[in-house]
Amino acid sequence: MRFSHLLTMPAIQSPATEEIHPDVALVARAKAGDTAAFEQLVRQYERQIFRVAQHITQNREDAEDITQDAFLKAYEKLDQFQGNSKFSTWLVRIAVNESLMRLRKRKTSKTVSMDEDVKTEEGSIPRDFAEWRPNPEQQYNQAELADILRKTIQGLPPGFRSVFTLRDVENLSTEETAEALGLSVPAVKSRLLRARLQLRERLSRYFRKKQEGQPA
Amino acid sequence: MNCTDLLSHLSDYFDEKLSPKLLEEIRTHTAGCQHCRVVLNTTEQTIHVYKGKEIYEVSDELRERLHTAIMTKCFASKRKS
Repeated sequence: MRFSHLLTMPAIQSPATEEIHPDVALVARAKAGDTAAFEQLVRQYERQIFRVAQHITQNREDAEDITQDAFLKAYEKLDQFQGNSKFSTWLVRIAVNESLMRLRKRKTSKTVSMDEDVKTEEGSIPRDFAEWRPNPEQQYNQAELADILRKTIQGLPPGFRSVFTLRDVENLSTEETAEALGLSVPAVKSRLLRARLQLRERLSRYFRKKQEGQPA
Repeated sequence: MNCTDLLSHLSDYFDEKLSPKLLEEIRTHTAGCQHCRVVLNTTEQTIHVYKGKEIYEVSDELRERLHTAIMTKCFASKRKS
């Protein structure tokens, strides 16, 4: 059962202690013209930025271009980074904006904004009530599972995909996700819930407990 | 709490931001509602199965190519300014 933490979860979490993020010193050095410091920041975040761009655009070549453009833009606008947010959140926001611009330019894309595709409730109301047994990692090997997860997330509208990717794949906090996407915290929460429910519904096709006599 | 109420609290539930009172209400509801119990379990598994997964492979070769291209562009931009 997965409810054990219902009873054990602490009601009040202790406030986080303020720690200075190691990026602060690197950013300060980069602003002062230290290119090695900027290169270290690039090394730290290039994979993440590429993954975010690929998740949003669903196109490898676009993701490569966006990653390069996002870092170039960050480098050129480093003086404008005030340090009110984490450097990585600022960088993700640049990459998200570049990715959405790329989607808008794509003639084949039906979706041109983060808002147009999230108005429908379609797919957000649970319809599949079968347990997943055995669990997905037991049912499929790593490559098969990655293929299923890729196909499934591709089916989500970009407005949901972006929120889910930042929050649940890249582990940004709700506040950081809101900042990176230029959304309010309630909007992130609402989209995240619907994204999670839509993905659950779609994944159930693969992971639901098979009925007796049904092929695996 | 009914099924619709439970759905509206799901994200806060997974983010561990619910009050003890609401947690207790969810526990009571799911104890008697098979559908909500399944939705809660499988949504939790959905989050778990994606968390931290690199479903788009970034090979070392791609990473090096990207890194070189990024730094080349940045240095060129610095020279121009």
